[in-house]
Amino acid sequence: MSTTVISESNNGILHPVTAQLVGAASSLGGPITVICPGGVGSSDAAKISGVTKVISVEGECFETYDCSAWSKSLSPLIEGDLILSSSSAIGRELISSISATKGIPVVQDVTSLKDGFSATRTIYSGKAIEEVSISSPCAISLRPNSFESAEGGGSAEISTVNVSQEVAVAVKRALAKASERLDVSEAEIIISGGRGMGEPANFSHLNEIADVLGAAVGASRAAVDTWEEIPHSMQVGQTGKTVTPNLYIAVGISGAIQHLAGMRSSKFILAINKDPEAPIFGVADYGIVSTWEDALPALKDQLAELLSN
Amino acid sequence: MGVAVLLKQVPDTTAKISISGGKVDESSIAKWAISPYDEYALESAIQLKESGFGDVVAITCGPSRAAKCLTEAAAVGADRLIHILTESTLDSIQVQSLLSASVKETGCDLVMCGKQAADTNSGSTGPGLASTLGFSFVGGVTRVSVNGGLASATRLGPSGLEEVEVGGPCVFTFDKGESELRRPNVRGIMMAKKKPIDSLSPEDLGVNGTNSLVIIKDHSSPPEKQPGQKFIGSESIPEVVEKLREEANVI
Repeated sequence: MSTTVISESNNGILHPVTAQLVGAASSLGGPITVICPGGVGSSDAAKISGVTKVISVEGECFETYDCSAWSKSLSPLIEGDLILSSSSAIGRELISSISATKGIPVVQDVTSLKDGFSATRTIYSGKAIEEVSISSPCAISLRPNSFESAEGGGSAEISTVNVSQEVAVAVKRALAKASERLDVSEAEIIISGGRGMGEPANFSHLNEIADVLGAAVGASRAAVDTWEEIPHSMQVGQTGKTVTPNLYIAVGISGAIQHLAGMRSSKFILAINKDPEAPIFGVADYGIVSTWEDALPALKDQLAELLSN
Repeated sequence: MGVAVLLKQVPDTTAKISISGGKVDESSIAKWAISPYDEYALESAIQLKESGFGDVVAITCGPSRAAKCLTEAAAVGADRLIHILTESTLDSIQVQSLLSASVKETGCDLVMCGKQAADTNSGSTGPGLASTLGFSFVGGVTRVSVNGGLASATRLGPSGLEEVEVGGPCVFTFDKGESELRRPNVRGIMMAKKKPIDSLSPEDLGVNGTNSLVIIKDHSSPPEKQPGQKFIGSESIPEVVEKLREEANVI
């Protein structure tokens, strides 16, 4: 049994989900190789406990993102019974491309993994749970925050490989910078707004609370469809993102079936809605019947006070 | 020339999913539809056709009920319809092999589909198919146009929204697109009903459609939530925040 972990990076540094991928691999046993596209974060990857070896893959093709070029560079260097990646957008694309190149099956967005391999994932955006058995060798992407991180303190050897693959996808110009906010699919706390927020400018109240909590800001489909200021990347639910944070705060969201599917597996749910009959209260651990105008300032003050101590 | 659009039939997103005997009970699903992101791929392919890029070939892989999404695609302008008829569950390699064989047969050098389907939400097909076909790949696009031999697309990349260019054969997967989706008119619907569907088996495409390397063991419903605690008015906030810390231990 041996595993290759494709590391995840963000803004030029190693993303913490990489330690979760190593943690998942460690529970299965056997040597663990971490492969770092573009060499990003390779020295930090070597410090993750349980890592046997780090391969830092460097080359011009990693300056921009071309899935095929990255996959062609990485695939020949990847061996073993199991390939793991994060189920981020790039993680999914890369592992799909690599698994196809190798002719092995891929299963995405797995939330628990056992020997053999037996994997659990949600389907229909959380309306059902599926358990599958997968023949080895195979490739699996794991959902962020579903696996315990491996600790630090390791000192794996790093080998550097230079590759040069032709890039077919040329970036012509940047249209808008990536949001500096945490993405809902990676956050441990999410605060989401619905059409009950009245107008998109009022999402600033959610942003303020998110800043206090270190949370991501999400939105219901109704909000995304109604206001173009609220991008689709914030949408939680079916046709958006399925999330499982520790705490999900729903504000002015009535709770359509598609939204509930995407967030009901959150560990704890706090709903704030002025309509006591709103379906969101049916899945909420804590429900507050109130307008957001009354509730949010009080919530922000209370949280700020608690977290400053 | 030409665009192949890959469509997956999924339960309508408003559908309730019920489980019976450890398996999703498909007979209880009232309405099936083209997966939402695939609809943006279809819309973009039809726009390319209108700008003179050649025919749109709609391809689906699935049981007999899936033929309906091909007819729906024809109603808005798809020219050729291919149904890869499979009744069993397939792994990613099988799906990609089937789609690859049928795309090759069409001679299309652009392929479009959703970035993930609304049933499994996996997102393996687009990038995997690109590898299998040896095509370039651009994922998560909101717009594609073609000028000469060069395709230009808008995608949400790692550093933000960007415009990319790619030459030669390419697979694009769609996020929610920039365009409004068109609705079929009556004439389109009538014409579509008469449009023939090429129905192919895995054997016709030279692919083993049985030995899936991924086997579904069990389906279950998510655990039912116990009714929670309800509070009236914003005066309750201090109490709720304390519970979030003391009971739930999440802040």
